[in-house]
Amino acid sequence: MSDQINDSRRNFLSKAAIAGSITLAPGVLLHQTAHAKPDDQAVSSDTRWGMLIDTNKCAKSCTGCVDACNEEFDLIGSMPKSSEAQKTQYIRKVTLVEKQTKHETSLPMLCQHCESPPCVDVCPTGASFKRVDGIVLVDKHICIGCRYCMMACPYKARSFVHEAIENQTLSAPRGKGTVESCTMCVHRVDNGDIPACVEACTADNHNAMFFGDLNDPDSEISREMKKHGGKQIRADLNLNTGVRYQGL
Amino acid sequence: MKKIEYTKIKGQSIAYYGLLAGLGFMILLGLIATWYMEHNGHYVTGMTNHIVWGMPHVFAVFLIVAASGALNVASIASVFGKKIYDPLSRLSALLAIALLAGGLVVLLLDLGRPDRLIVAITTYNFKSIFAWNIILYTGFFAIVGAYIWMMMDHNMYKFKKKVGLAAFVWRLVLTTGTGSIFGFLVARSAYDAAIMAPMFIIMSFAFGLAIFLLVLMASYNWTGRELGDAVVARLRSLLGVFVAATLFLTAIYHLTNLYISQHHGVEAFILANGGIYTNLFWIGQVFLGGLLPLALIYAPSLKTSRNTLGVASALIIIGGLCQLYVIIIGGQAYPMEIFPGYEVSNTYFGAVSQYSPSLPEIMLGLSGVAVSLLLLIFAIKVLRFLPVSLSDSFADPHASK
Repeated sequence: MSDQINDSRRNFLSKAAIAGSITLAPGVLLHQTAHAKPDDQAVSSDTRWGMLIDTNKCAKSCTGCVDACNEEFDLIGSMPKSSEAQKTQYIRKVTLVEKQTKHETSLPMLCQHCESPPCVDVCPTGASFKRVDGIVLVDKHICIGCRYCMMACPYKARSFVHEAIENQTLSAPRGKGTVESCTMCVHRVDNGDIPACVEACTADNHNAMFFGDLNDPDSEISREMKKHGGKQIRADLNLNTGVRYQGL
Repeated sequence: MKKIEYTKIKGQSIAYYGLLAGLGFMILLGLIATWYMEHNGHYVTGMTNHIVWGMPHVFAVFLIVAASGALNVASIASVFGKKIYDPLSRLSALLAIALLAGGLVVLLLDLGRPDRLIVAITTYNFKSIFAWNIILYTGFFAIVGAYIWMMMDHNMYKFKKKVGLAAFVWRLVLTTGTGSIFGFLVARSAYDAAIMAPMFIIMSFAFGLAIFLLVLMASYNWTGRELGDAVVARLRSLLGVFVAATLFLTAIYHLTNLYISQHHGVEAFILANGGIYTNLFWIGQVFLGGLLPLALIYAPSLKTSRNTLGVASALIIIGGLCQLYVIIIGGQAYPMEIFPGYEVSNTYFGAVSQYSPSLPEIMLGLSGVAVSLLLLIFAIKVLRFLPVSLSDSFADPHASK
């Protein structure tokens, strides 16, 4: 009798251990492969985070990346009093038709995370800044809300918070009267994850968006760019954008 | 030349206190507007993520540009040695400070976080032309303030010329800085032009002198002091030259853009099919603010009419506001050329942006004008800014050598 009990307990425990390992392992393994850095370690200029968007794979009707971003930052319904032109959006879908050939291209537009960002140059207080790993952010504690960065951004990537925000997400606080834009999901990247838009695009099986280290020649994004190229939008401005496009 | 005597104005009439109260009321309205905008957030204004600088910026930039121009009269006297302008120098410097203060108040109160003024003046990014402007504005107050002191204090009078020269150089740099706020914006077709800086300097000459003339004629008229034709005639022809020069630089700016096919779109927008912006350009800026004042200034039959000169000055101010509206709002309304050679489906990127100024924005802008005028009429009551007489025998060097 007692043997029977011991057997069933042993069975239960071993199954639980297997189930537990299966549940936890991918997380642990993914963290290892993505090289999550410890919290007390500063970001390094050895890395330059970037994104590659293959417009050939970007479906015109799909808004997966936009929806994922809106959800990640809790943007939908966060500014009920503002007009459409006043509401914040970090990523937008655009369809382009070439005037001469009528060729149609669909792509997402977001902060291009320039190496020489005009928004950082013009900011009087230094609230607009670029991390050494290439991510362009706004320090909401010293932003005075002058909106000069919005005048300077060649990609119209920035939004001004036109009203008070209730029930914010803890990972990306927002403030009335300050400017904001795509953070390349820095709160995820610092934990070894990928940006929400890229994750959604992959989950939808479109695989049009790659995220990775542009400085690492062996990263998937670098190898893909080396093979098929990665164009900058408004390359004439010589900003060396961190977001690149194929098929444009 | 006879010794010039300056006195304070009495400022005890009902009209004076009425004017003070009126200006105070306008400032109160501006403060209410500010509270309303800051309490609710900018969603209550006409400004959006497309038109990020609205009506307050039109007023603020106008006042700041006019401020440096108002100092011109003093500069002509001290830097270029034209004695006839000497008695006007104190008023010119005072007006410059007052206009700058009014403009900065509007600029500050339109910030998303005006409560962070201390951040703005303690945390600098020296690559930003905006940060430089904060230093240029503060320095302008200090230098022009010192200039007034040199002019008023007999012991310091010997330094007047040197400080006057410093103020003159500073004001040129300041307006260059203001123009460069727009000139350094590489991404926008309507801006990104080095000519913005000299154009703003010439605009400042015209706007500043127009305001100076109105202030001068009004204060002499209302206080019963004599203002001779010699001074007015000089200022009138100077104003004409400045207005013509503004038109000239505007023409050069547009002609240069018309030569560059990349800019044909924005030129067509401003000059031909931009609706309100096209109307404001041709009717407001060119006709009302340029050609009509020129006609009023130079028409032989109107040459001695003070009223005509007053109307011309007022028109130049209206034209100047129209010009800044076209530059600031029109420049933002025209879609940015992010994808040259493509038609863009998304209206966020591809369409002309709509803007209609809200009442609080206009109230805030007008309150800046009120701040300037209030400072001015208060200062001329407590300090000796106005010469007792500017009659021809006092002012004209040929009349009394």
